[in-house]
Amino acid sequence: MTTRPPIAPPRRTPYDTDPVVTFDNVRMTFDEGDILRGLSFKVLPRETLILLGETGTGKTLTLKLAAGLLHPSQGRVSVLGHEVSSMSEVDLLNFRRQIGFVFQEGALFDSMTVADNVAYRLREDRVDEAEIDQRVREVLKFVELEHTLDQLPSELSGGMRRRVSIARALVSRPQIVLYDSPTAGLDPVTSQTIITLILRLRDVYGVTALLATHRVQDGFALANFKFDPQTRRVVRDPASSSRVQANLDEPVTRFVVYNEGRIYFDGTPEEIASTKDPYLRRYLV
Amino acid sequence: MVEVLTDATKRFVLNVQDYFQLAGQSLANLATSPRYFQDVLDQMDDIGVGSLAIVLMSGFFIGAVMVLQTGSQFVRFGQTGLTGDIVSLALVRELGPTITGILVAGRNASGIASELGSMLVTEQVDAMRAMGTDPSRKLVTPRVVAGILVLPLLTVLSDFVGLLGGCVASVFSLRLGAIEFWTRAINALDFADVMQGMMKPLVYGFILTTVGCYKGLTVRGGTQGVGRATTQAVVVSNVMIIACDVFLTKIALFLGDKLF
Repeated sequence: MTTRPPIAPPRRTPYDTDPVVTFDNVRMTFDEGDILRGLSFKVLPRETLILLGETGTGKTLTLKLAAGLLHPSQGRVSVLGHEVSSMSEVDLLNFRRQIGFVFQEGALFDSMTVADNVAYRLREDRVDEAEIDQRVREVLKFVELEHTLDQLPSELSGGMRRRVSIARALVSRPQIVLYDSPTAGLDPVTSQTIITLILRLRDVYGVTALLATHRVQDGFALANFKFDPQTRRVVRDPASSSRVQANLDEPVTRFVVYNEGRIYFDGTPEEIASTKDPYLRRYLV
Repeated sequence: MVEVLTDATKRFVLNVQDYFQLAGQSLANLATSPRYFQDVLDQMDDIGVGSLAIVLMSGFFIGAVMVLQTGSQFVRFGQTGLTGDIVSLALVRELGPTITGILVAGRNASGIASELGSMLVTEQVDAMRAMGTDPSRKLVTPRVVAGILVLPLLTVLSDFVGLLGGCVASVFSLRLGAIEFWTRAINALDFADVMQGMMKPLVYGFILTTVGCYKGLTVRGGTQGVGRATTQAVVVSNVMIIACDVFLTKIALFLGDKLF
């Protein structure tokens, strides 16, 4: 009997050589003023982009723009070859099935069990119930929560809810996952568990990620460690400091730091770690 | 001062526009897939079966009190037999649908607003959109369809139980025979009366669910906002039901004259 891997690695797509996410001079204006003031960056396949900034600097907004949940006031957002900023809501609903979104507080449907939450998107796609059951168990096993199938979100701890949220984002095998402050408000041990999950997702399945956070250590953990599928352990990555982006088979972590709606810094973990800039140093303390 | 009034008027017009957009979209969604039949059934259970107890109890006592009030006047003219006619007409044409609408709005417009409002502030609505589901199809349309389908059924039951209450009151208070009461009550009704009584709850069901959904999906200000939206949903839907009643009655009387 042959068994297929629990979750198949994403297929290589024509976008592999091009950026999978492009923000081009994006502005976002609300009644209270400009929140984003000309944001431009690109994310390459299998890259992890850490969006670092204080509360209210527009990190979550950036993720919502990437998912097409909001439209920019000005500028262009392109994701997986789709011009998200100009798509209609009907087209966006189909497009969003290709991405995973992990919300800050999990945003689990509180009237549904964990299993139903994770199975939600598959049921929407009218996947066969037997396959749904199998895939839900697989992803819950991946986040080490297979014992919570019949529990309600309110019966779980904050960290467990985030893990279920990751499982829910993962179940449809997305090429890109957007993490909105996945470790915010969690204790250090639980935060480490979440980061380990993100590492596994990146290193085992090659998922491209945008991760909004105000904790620089989350970014360093993703840059300096890797998940070893053989030993199933997180180990220090000796190649991290010398890695170049051209080698797309190796995951790359990059930092973008926000300040007053603009990108203040865009560079590697090594560059931010050795910076003398007083504003950036505030994150390193 | 003028600026404040202008802003308030603009906000009001925008809110009305958004409400009609949501209400129209909830029906337009029925024309295309995906459709959520199971959610419609769940909502019918919640709105219909869930409201059954309050609708039946209130209907019974309203029928009884109608008999007591009208009977006490008819006694003066020795026409207590007319009580059945009056109570029947009042219940079927007016009180049954409107009281049912107001009661169901009190229970469900608030429930819908608080449920959807809570989902909005905890980002569950965004999560739904992020997973490729249209909240208008998944959350609004099933509630609206359920409201439209369930309210006429509740009204029929309310009318019947109201007449039952009236019968009990007339037997024990006015010493009328139950058979006489029922005979007069049924004979007093024309097809136009029943049509009027059945047309109104269709509109009331639409109003209370769309107002509940609109208030829930436009919550601002966290949990405090959810509380405000819940109250507003009940107030607005009740006022709209009573205001629409005037126009629906006029239309029904006009159609009754022309068609039946």
